[in-house]
Amino acid sequence: MDKLNQLTSSCVPLPIEDVDTDQIIPARFLKATTRLGFGENLFRDWRYEKDGSPKKDFVLNNPTYTGSILVAGKNFGCGSSREHAAWAIKDYGFRVVVSSFFADIFKGNAMNNGILPITVTQEFLNDIFLAIESDPHCQLSVSLQEQMLEITSTGKRTSFQIDPYKKMCLLNGYDDIDYLLSVQDKIEAFESTRA
Amino acid sequence: MAKTLFDKVWDAHTVAEVEGGMSVVYIDQHLIHEVTSPQAFDGLRARSIPVFRPERTLATADHNVPTKDQHLPIKEELSRFQVQKLKDNCDEFGVTLYGLGHPKQGIVHVIGPELGITKPGMTIVCGDSHTSTHGAFGSIAFGIGTSQVEQVLATQCLILQKPKQMRITIEGELSPGVLSKDIVLFIISKLTAAGGTGFFIEYAGSAIRSLSMEARMTICNMSIEMGARGGLIAPDQTTFDYVEGREQAPQGDDWTKSLEHWKTLYTDEGASFDEEHRWDASEIEPMVTYGTNPGMGMGVTESIPEGGGSASFEKALSYMGLSEGRTLENHPVQYVFIGSCTNSRIEDLRLVADFVKGKKIASNISAMVVPGSQQVSKQAQEEGLDKILSAAGFDFREAGCSACLGMNEDKIPAGAYCVSTSNRNFEGRQGPGARTILASPLMAAATAIEGKIVDVRKYM
Ligand code: SF4
Repeated sequence: MDKLNQLTSSCVPLPIEDVDTDQIIPARFLKATTRLGFGENLFRDWRYEKDGSPKKDFVLNNPTYTGSILVAGKNFGCGSSREHAAWAIKDYGFRVVVSSFFADIFKGNAMNNGILPITVTQEFLNDIFLAIESDPHCQLSVSLQEQMLEITSTGKRTSFQIDPYKKMCLLNGYDDIDYLLSVQDKIEAFESTRA
Repeated sequence: MAKTLFDKVWDAHTVAEVEGGMSVVYIDQHLIHEVTSPQAFDGLRARSIPVFRPERTLATADHNVPTKDQHLPIKEELSRFQVQKLKDNCDEFGVTLYGLGHPKQGIVHVIGPELGITKPGMTIVCGDSHTSTHGAFGSIAFGIGTSQVEQVLATQCLILQKPKQMRITIEGELSPGVLSKDIVLFIISKLTAAGGTGFFIEYAGSAIRSLSMEARMTICNMSIEMGARGGLIAPDQTTFDYVEGREQAPQGDDWTKSLEHWKTLYTDEGASFDEEHRWDASEIEPMVTYGTNPGMGMGVTESIPEGGGSASFEKALSYMGLSEGRTLENHPVQYVFIGSCTNSRIEDLRLVADFVKGKKIASNISAMVVPGSQQVSKQAQEEGLDKILSAAGFDFREAGCSACLGMNEDKIPAGAYCVSTSNRNFEGRQGPGARTILASPLMAAATAIEGKIVDVRKYM
């Protein structure tokens, strides 16, 4: 897994609530058997017309907004457990997603793929959307080590929560299997107590 | 200390604590299907490790499979490849597969319970969010991502944060024509699509106790639609009677021993929850959804609320071609889908067949019934339900997920309205541009007959 600690980037605003993973990556693109190439179809049906031409009013088709941070409305990633949603976001080039609320499974999937989901208050989320509105190139600065997120243009900062174990994994690029394999003896001991 | 049902099952499966507050949790049963497993097997190959406990994983093919002519090779190339990949992976890693054509094949959440794999007090996971279905037996069951599928294959464990706990109590008696699907759509409409996030939900109360196992599964199934990882119901005599005698149920002395244990699986008096809700069953009427998430639901006689100008709300209504303030009664519909892991069990098919017996579906309706499994299909045929349904004009198909997510060719065309017994009304869920209205099997049956949405209670 890729490591992540510091990141400063402009961002892509998606002020829609309850974005479900069927929108992030529709079911018909789940037939691939590798983790690659999902970025192409990220938000497919919001992004492209039926004939494949880009929808002008969708944010990913607006060259003004770029960067590796996605800022989304509350309850991002609800619905299906498909990890393909996290793969699509990563493959497209996002490393951080900011929202006021994440669906559980998406949040876990994101972290298992080296994406940092940052939960901020609704108020701070609105501050970010306002900052982007007044300057589409405005940057956000993330420090995972410090658990700090800053809107660089306004200097507004907020701290964020992350489980210490998950933080350690992201900082070092470890994944859960590495950990679980290291405690295999405990797992076997557990099994023998219930047999 | 007083424990909740969830605590009891969780504690019995905790292998170790991880520094910082997470736990290593042992998984009794792992279910896999073709869509969310191939990358996990690749992961094992990349690490050169085997499946740690192959006997604890069961595979089936359900999401991608056609529901017509299943004896022929799958026409669609990518689907065929994915289903074949599952077979290859199961062969290579020694995992049992009830694949396409197998008499035990079916939607993963339908076959687990019907084969007696799902039992009280277990931990059950699957790379599919509706794994919450299995909670109806008093198990901790929840959906996971593919990285976690790989973890379970590799170690039979997951690293988890213990969730918060919520109890939802429904007391009293349901009115005739109101089903468990209405209970859960009602709860989600009250708590919203995000209201259960971070929680595991225990459903309790006399209205829940009075439900069959099938009906309980429908409720637990949709826990994820309010953001909860799972939902569970304490096992009781209804549960034990359902499990007893099934293929993988314990036998003889094992049964007696298991039963003794299962009877301890309830929430102790005085155990505390992080959040509690309580409603009376008499408040609940047949439900329909009007928006693009399952939280956007209402009683069939109610009107679409005024959204207060929220952009997301307006976007949803515009996708659905509906407007604020109106009801859905008498709204014309073109498609009816009866199926999915929410409502495709034998009881659902019996209800629908009983309702439509001797009637004909309206001329503007295409209606499909897709049984949840080969066994459901077989039983339906033995009981003659397929004949009743076909005579009424329903297309009785073979088992699979089908139009629940439209990964095979069963799709609803753009702009068309579909009253569906499935669990998600997301944009494009049943096909690009399709407009889904979620409802109970009875409401769907009544819609099929009348060609428009009606209050099924008028038939009661
Ligand atoms: S029926 Fe629908 S919700 Fe259930 S497992 Fe299949 S796709 Fe998922």
